[in-house]
Amino acid sequence: MSGTEFNWFKYSSPQAFHPLAGRLIPWFAAAAVGLIVVGLYVGFFIAPTDVTQGDAYRIIFVHVPAAWMSMFLYVIMAIWAGLGLGLNARPSFMMAQAIAPTGAMFTFLALFTGSMWGKPTWGAWWVWDARLTSELILLFQYIGIILLRSSIDDLRRADRASAVLALVGVINVPIIYFSVRWWNTLHQGASVSITAAPTMAGTMVTAMLVMMVGFWMYSIAVTLARMRCVIVERERQPSWGKQASIPDVAEAR
Amino acid sequence: MQWGSLAEFFAMGGYGLYVWTSFGATALCMGGEVLAVWRRSAAAGRRDES
Repeated sequence: MSGTEFNWFKYSSPQAFHPLAGRLIPWFAAAAVGLIVVGLYVGFFIAPTDVTQGDAYRIIFVHVPAAWMSMFLYVIMAIWAGLGLGLNARPSFMMAQAIAPTGAMFTFLALFTGSMWGKPTWGAWWVWDARLTSELILLFQYIGIILLRSSIDDLRRADRASAVLALVGVINVPIIYFSVRWWNTLHQGASVSITAAPTMAGTMVTAMLVMMVGFWMYSIAVTLARMRCVIVERERQPSWGKQASIPDVAEAR
Repeated sequence: MQWGSLAEFFAMGGYGLYVWTSFGATALCMGGEVLAVWRRSAAAGRRDES
């Protein structure tokens, strides 16, 4: 720590973060494309056909990564929201704002691909079971957070209100994760978990994990790109950081 | 590799409709999001210059 101390707060200012994010995006985007191509190749050409589900099981290669991202991104968004509330830090709120649409998109995809998988294997597009219902609630939470933000004109109020909503809603994430254990559901249990050996063939797990890392890289790239937009848009906001004075208002008329 | 022909690959053992709809929707959503962020950043950049 002597002499060569790294300034961890250097990139916490939007002005320094904007160019840094610009340099990082191409790397994350390239990693995402590479991993997803490899994941699709292993998933479609190396992983064997499942004995019980036939080739319908291949939906897992997008379904599980999308479902995981929907939960991961919510937790990360809530952490940024909490940091924003705790430290009163504007960039933290901006990160939470940048993550929400990607999380909502993956939640929708998890539900949609799940429905595509449910029809041939369960015989129903949708069932009101614990896993599916809690994931649907997660989608409504994301939409609620995005709508709440856009419905409040004052940026600081919008930041704080959507952060509180994000933090309160984080309770749903463990409910989604453990729903297949806590309740008797139609949805199958975890195929891969930290505590037990995978219940699938090695190449199937490989393809799924490669796709998951690819979706991670995609999420980082697209979130950083949206963060850059948010930074510029907020700097352009004429009302930011300055009280409207009576001459200003008079002039505006 | 377990596919004898291209038609067999697209049929996905009879589950082609479900499998390709899933992957198609995923590609559309992710591609659409990239396009949306791209356009948003182009709009932000234009305002940046003015």
